[in-house]
Amino acid sequence: MDSFDKTEKQAEKTKIRYFVPREPDPNGGGKFSFVRRSKEVIQEKPVPKEKLKKWRKNESLKGKTRTKFHTQKLKDKKKVLDNVIEKSARSEFLRTEEAGEIVGENVYQVTQNDIKEKADEATQQKIFDLRLNQFGPYRIDYTRNGRHLVIGGAKGHVAAFDWQTKKLHCEINVMETVADVKWLHQETLFAVAQKKWVYVYDNQGIEVHCLKHLDSVLRLEFLPYHFLLCSSSSKGYLSYLDVSIGKEVSGICTKQGRLDVMGLNPQSAVVYLGHPNGTVSLWTPSSKEPAAKILCHGSAVRDVAIDSSGVYMATSGMDRRIKIFDLRMYKELSKYQYHHKQCPGLLDFSQKGLLAVTRDNVVEVFKDFTSQAYRPEKPYLYHRCERLIYDVKFCPYEDVLGIGYQLGFSSIVIPGAGEANFDAYEANPYQSKAQRKQGEVRLLLDKVKPEMITVDTNITNVDLETAKELQAEREKKKYLKPSKIDFTPKHKMKGGSSGVKLIQRIKGVQEQNLRQAVRTIVRTKQVEGKLDSHNQNRKGLQKSALDRFKKKN
Amino acid sequence: MATVVRRKDFSLKVLSRNPENYRRETKLDIHKAPQNPESYLHPFAIEREYQRALNATKLERVFAKPFLCGLEGHRDNIECLAKFPTRLSHVLSAASDGEIRLWDLSTKKCISNVVAHDGLVRGMCAHRSGNFFLSCGQDANVKFWACSEEGHVTQEPVRTILNKHVYQSIDHHEKDDTFVTCGQSLDVWAGDRAQPYQSYTWGLDSMHYVKFNRIETHLVAVAADDRSIMLYDIRGGAGVQKLIMRMKTNAISWNPMQAYIFTAACDDYNLYTYDIRNLTMAANKHEDHIAAVMDVDYAPTGKEFATAGYDRAVRIFNAVEGHSRDVYTTKRMQRVNHILWSMDNKYILSGSDEMNVRLWKSKAAEKLGVLKPREKTAFNTAETLKRTFKDHPEIKRISRHRHLPKLIFSQRKELREIKEAQKRKESNRRFHSKPGAVPFQPERKKQIVELKD
Repeated sequence: MDSFDKTEKQAEKTKIRYFVPREPDPNGGGKFSFVRRSKEVIQEKPVPKEKLKKWRKNESLKGKTRTKFHTQKLKDKKKVLDNVIEKSARSEFLRTEEAGEIVGENVYQVTQNDIKEKADEATQQKIFDLRLNQFGPYRIDYTRNGRHLVIGGAKGHVAAFDWQTKKLHCEINVMETVADVKWLHQETLFAVAQKKWVYVYDNQGIEVHCLKHLDSVLRLEFLPYHFLLCSSSSKGYLSYLDVSIGKEVSGICTKQGRLDVMGLNPQSAVVYLGHPNGTVSLWTPSSKEPAAKILCHGSAVRDVAIDSSGVYMATSGMDRRIKIFDLRMYKELSKYQYHHKQCPGLLDFSQKGLLAVTRDNVVEVFKDFTSQAYRPEKPYLYHRCERLIYDVKFCPYEDVLGIGYQLGFSSIVIPGAGEANFDAYEANPYQSKAQRKQGEVRLLLDKVKPEMITVDTNITNVDLETAKELQAEREKKKYLKPSKIDFTPKHKMKGGSSGVKLIQRIKGVQEQNLRQAVRTIVRTKQVEGKLDSHNQNRKGLQKSALDRFKKKN
Repeated sequence: MATVVRRKDFSLKVLSRNPENYRRETKLDIHKAPQNPESYLHPFAIEREYQRALNATKLERVFAKPFLCGLEGHRDNIECLAKFPTRLSHVLSAASDGEIRLWDLSTKKCISNVVAHDGLVRGMCAHRSGNFFLSCGQDANVKFWACSEEGHVTQEPVRTILNKHVYQSIDHHEKDDTFVTCGQSLDVWAGDRAQPYQSYTWGLDSMHYVKFNRIETHLVAVAADDRSIMLYDIRGGAGVQKLIMRMKTNAISWNPMQAYIFTAACDDYNLYTYDIRNLTMAANKHEDHIAAVMDVDYAPTGKEFATAGYDRAVRIFNAVEGHSRDVYTTKRMQRVNHILWSMDNKYILSGSDEMNVRLWKSKAAEKLGVLKPREKTAFNTAETLKRTFKDHPEIKRISRHRHLPKLIFSQRKELREIKEAQKRKESNRRFHSKPGAVPFQPERKKQIVELKD
């Protein structure tokens, strides 16, 4: 076949034939007759290579394989992966929203009033202040989809509302000190750390549970994919409570004193606790000891925040410093020291990586703090409250920063803080009630086990260590072969190195080696045989699939 | 999006969504679901996927109810089963009292029955056209039966061939008007002749099982009592190859997709898949039964086959794997003698000693009937997830777990121990003898005694 024919055939292949209904015949022909027309298939435009590069980052499918079969397998896998990468890159074209920004000189001088003046009406609604001077200072929390807000005043005032429509869900006074508030997996439930115990209320303000496992709690965090409520108490206890079944998964006595600084890595679900001696310790529910400890500051740690990608950690300390750590290497990337009499307090990362830092009654928002070369001269934006700030949190999927302070709550706009394009299957700010219910069921079905929380292991990684151990054990047990030895005998005088004698001497050494090897094999078999029969009667030696996530001694 | 350029010194762009763009317009629309594959928005994606795979595996075990119904009616042991190559719902079964029944699988009812032979029915096979089927019995007759499209069988045979010897098995050619019978010899019959036009013998022992190849249609595999499998080309005058094994072969099934592959059900509890291009070694050995394997039948896809065991179990094997992927048992099912895989790849029929023909699903957890598109997608997703995580220990354990009758469970354990002991003994012998005196022998070669051309 010549090449012309080939191209002709390929061109033919790209055409799809459709049967198109013909115009009704005016002379009374068949109404439903069809004509055959060919239609060119729309060729998808290839995605530019630079765009693909961004999505290709972590995947490497290179390396040698032993057989053709495995090479083919790898090729197939690569095809699938390329397809995923291409589709991800292509989806960027479909995004409808763009991230916000402020461009100009001396942007940090832009106040909320300036923004309010210039922004559209919907954005103006996002800048508001709740003056609640009776029961402050306030702790705050946004739901995962950024739609709802709960605020808890230290003197017992708790209110939950949809902050965008300003619709109040409930407002109660718990008549007790409130240390922290936290939404659970959805806007139907929230937890409040009160003076003695932690209580769970529903969105109508009805007390649903009193969690007596958790006492004197200072900080609360919630892991939505694990349904775990993490709490740190003034007595040094870190507790994990599974809210789907109401059982305490793990209670850890950290022996570190009062735990009022807690951060959460959203990507690995590892809890970061800050301590008065300047260290930050990493905790998982499966271990009673910290997975790691990082010495961050010379004096007490004020706050810990981890960015949304789970790579960077920001800490603030009483030594007037803010530090950024790279959690892949546990290495300090950059630091920034405040002037005398100025001490950084609370920290929070936005979805897009902006860092909010409080300093008494001031919030400063920094951009690009996590890039190594960055030395912040001036903050990106700056906001001053009337009194001391008690809590600061970015709202997910919105350019909004919520501030809880002595005299209430204020919401300010920080352009470029939130992710512009949400994924409706993860968090949907515009979800209906039916969608919410469906989402809850999905979330419960896919609940990740607490044993899977680890600092660096991934379930898809091949567990080489255990495999190697098993292999070594197997090899030790069965049909051991004595190792061959290369032996060149010493030269001997008086016919000692004549042909026959030389070979005899070599054989002698080899046989000796063989005998020795057989002896050791027999002995190890005997010992292991005894051990095996002994072990068979013992319980608890069976390996669980999740054992590999346990910390090794 | 609001973009305002100010004459002073900064331009402002703030994220401000119009909710109308994200809500459906009417109740009849589907919900809008924008997506963003950015990895930081999907924490624990792999862990959640693993959990989904685990749930799918568990659900598969929950819904694994393979038994559909028993086709009751026979008054004696089931002697043979036969399927029509061109009819999906009709199946033939024959019993020891000489009765043949035709079943309709869609209604699960017997359509017609006929007392075909005096004594046992030895073999049965359907013609490709579906208009008639053949049977041979203990009364040394071969009979032709006409059956209508609805499945009604005439009470009198269309044609009867009288013989001196009993024929043990019968099979019809895929395309021609030719059939073969085996007994004292392998006889090839054609047209209306009352005598076989070709007769083969190889050795003195009688032959008990014969099967035509469905692709290379002139090729016949025969199992004989002298523990051999013989291959004949009915165009030639003599046999092609004779493979003698250590134990007797009970049944043979050709792979319907690969002409050169057949699987033999053997008395030594195993099945052996052979490639006829090289019979010096089996292509695969399939273990798991704890007693003689009585029958084997390939799925029409050629990827799997089902086996009937004397251990009262039906097993399903992946054609290229050494161990079964599933096992079907019931409390009441006795020795299974015959097995059939239906032509739509969905059902398995087993005929057992206690006069019952049983209908099983070929995939134990499969949902039967028409699936809605969303259901189909869900099943496909679950299937992919299970495949992705199949090697994870927890998932592997659950998907492999079967609750077996005590006898099978203990016997398997015992067999494993026996096998291990034999291996140990062999290795000890090898260790204490002169190198090369006890050679390594592959498992797939051990059963072969001799190969004759």
